[in-house]
Amino acid sequence: MPDILRWLLWRDVQLVLRQHADVLSMLFFFVITTSLFPLAVGADPKMLHTIGPGVVWVAALLSTMLSLGRLFHADYQDGSLEQLLLSPVPLTMAVAVKIFAYWLTTGLPLVFLAPVLGMMFGMADQELWVMTWSLLLGTPVLNLIGAVGAALTLGVRGGSVLLAVLILPLYVPVLIFGAGSVVAVAGGQSAQGGISLLAALLVLTVVFAPVAVAACLRIALE
Amino acid sequence: MIEASHLTCVRGSRRLFHALSFSLQPGELLHVQGPNGSGKTSLFRILAGLAVPHAGKVLWQGRPIADQREEYAAGMLYLGHQPAVKDALGVMENLQVSCRLGGIEATLASLKQALDAVGLSACARLPARVLSQGQRRRLALARLWLGERPLWLLDEPYTALDAKATQMLEQRIMQHQSAGGMVILTSHQAPGLPMRALELGQ
Amino acid sequence: MRIFGFNIYRYAAPQEFHPLAGRIARWCAVAAAALLMAGLYLAFFVAPTDFQQGEAYRIIFVHVPAAWMSMLIYLVMAGWAAVGLALNARLSFMMARALAPTGAMFTFLALVTGAFWGKPMWGAWWVWDARLTSELILLFLYIGFIALHAAIEDARRADRAAAVFALVGAVNVPVIYFSVKWWNTLHQGASISLTKAPAMAAVMLWGMLLMVLAFWAYSIAVALWRLRCLITEREREMDWMNVAKEEA
Repeated sequence: MPDILRWLLWRDVQLVLRQHADVLSMLFFFVITTSLFPLAVGADPKMLHTIGPGVVWVAALLSTMLSLGRLFHADYQDGSLEQLLLSPVPLTMAVAVKIFAYWLTTGLPLVFLAPVLGMMFGMADQELWVMTWSLLLGTPVLNLIGAVGAALTLGVRGGSVLLAVLILPLYVPVLIFGAGSVVAVAGGQSAQGGISLLAALLVLTVVFAPVAVAACLRIALE
Repeated sequence: MIEASHLTCVRGSRRLFHALSFSLQPGELLHVQGPNGSGKTSLFRILAGLAVPHAGKVLWQGRPIADQREEYAAGMLYLGHQPAVKDALGVMENLQVSCRLGGIEATLASLKQALDAVGLSACARLPARVLSQGQRRRLALARLWLGERPLWLLDEPYTALDAKATQMLEQRIMQHQSAGGMVILTSHQAPGLPMRALELGQ
Repeated sequence: MRIFGFNIYRYAAPQEFHPLAGRIARWCAVAAAALLMAGLYLAFFVAPTDFQQGEAYRIIFVHVPAAWMSMLIYLVMAGWAAVGLALNARLSFMMARALAPTGAMFTFLALVTGAFWGKPMWGAWWVWDARLTSELILLFLYIGFIALHAAIEDARRADRAAAVFALVGAVNVPVIYFSVKWWNTLHQGASISLTKAPAMAAVMLWGMLLMVLAFWAYSIAVALWRLRCLITEREREMDWMNVAKEEA
């Protein structure tokens, strides 16, 4: 059984590595969106420093959300998803592996890109460090919650807008804890509270989200 | 052996079939016929366990398939309308991955043999993107030459196949039947094989 | 299963429940009107003027019950969604679907009355108070549920997908509320809360209780009426059900 999961991981990662246009455009979107804010509100360093963590986090959140439609869509269209439902592994585990592969190829690049963008906002080293950690813990949560939305809206017309409507409310805690931990550090407090809460969210979603996603996929493929 | 017991299927507001029952013993082939929209694909999805019928159940070796999902998955092969071919992977890679994900452990030699049998060995290293519809269908069918699963559910397997490929598929199905396998298939042309018929959409 | 001589499982069939729903709805509507009049009378004429907040505070008689109802209805909706998924019962899904618009309305009412309450105190139409912000997110969850159900054409899939979403939302509501409170303390030091309700005289408590009961009766009446419409819509489409009745 772990054999099957290994092959699934290999396949999903290979597919992204060979068709990397989607991931690259998502990363460009991340960069461009962050750059819009100074253009909109002016380049006053103090203000940029204040809004920096929030802007980077919101941009990361939006980039993640926009590319989530991709998670199951291709498999749904070409019939691979059906076959996955019929394979001997429990669907919950297969889903967990798919989301992990997705995070490796889309979430992790975001985590590495974020400190670079943070520097554009004049964030100090300590803040950049906390922001990277918060995104490292937060992007898997975003992917897991987003996967529930992606599974619910599979093949539905107007899917991507509906996806946003469904999961943005659910993203609020992640955003608050993630950006909040950086803001805390910027204000001289400890980031421990926010980071621990993020870690707790990660544990909760890793345990429960794949189950929900598997249920939604079965519903979508009936 | 597989048994369908009083299956009723409702799609939207239409009842496609009602209290449908049949059973299939090893070595038998069931040809499901009916006009378009009569519920053939819905029946196949119910038999595969992808869809839940409005009423009735499907039994595999005497037990409902809902109670033995993994065992049933290991004993059955379902090929639906879409060939499940990934453009970005190579032809050989596609076959390898789809076998592995289905739980079939195939050696490189047997994979090559299967590609040979469906006439795709020349394309083995090419990206699947360049395959035609007929070739994709053949790639999907290549799985029939690997890993002996007792039950085959084939939804319109002859789509996009030319005469030579059709013949090759029929030969393989006959082989499977004589080895004690069961086949349920649907197609618009009657296969030249000994079979029972099931008519939907009266 | 028989309760007081009634076979309750009979009422799991939509057509059987339809007339019963109508009877219950009528009684609840009458009760709602009566309770509403009593509650509003207490709120506007009997409760004393607060020396700090003046007459404006009276809006809490609508704001607080509406907020409670918005959360209660979401829980009930999620409860019916869970029952529907567990028992595969069409009527449960329809009940959840029928409750959603009423829940959304109460959430919206709570937000609007919250704004009206805050304006004289804070001078702004909106404050990012923890409760109001959580109510706003709850409104989004309701809208998401309704939008998801509307976007999926197959009725069975729509029911089940929306039900899963309702449950996922229900699990998240405490997390969201906690995170918003945390956010408030983080960004403003001491927590900002919407103007505290004045110390409760007994008559105010009675007023709020009457308003809650009025809203509750209203919700039941309206949800059941909506349910009757959904039943009629769905069952009329099912022409084969008439065939089954003829066969039986």
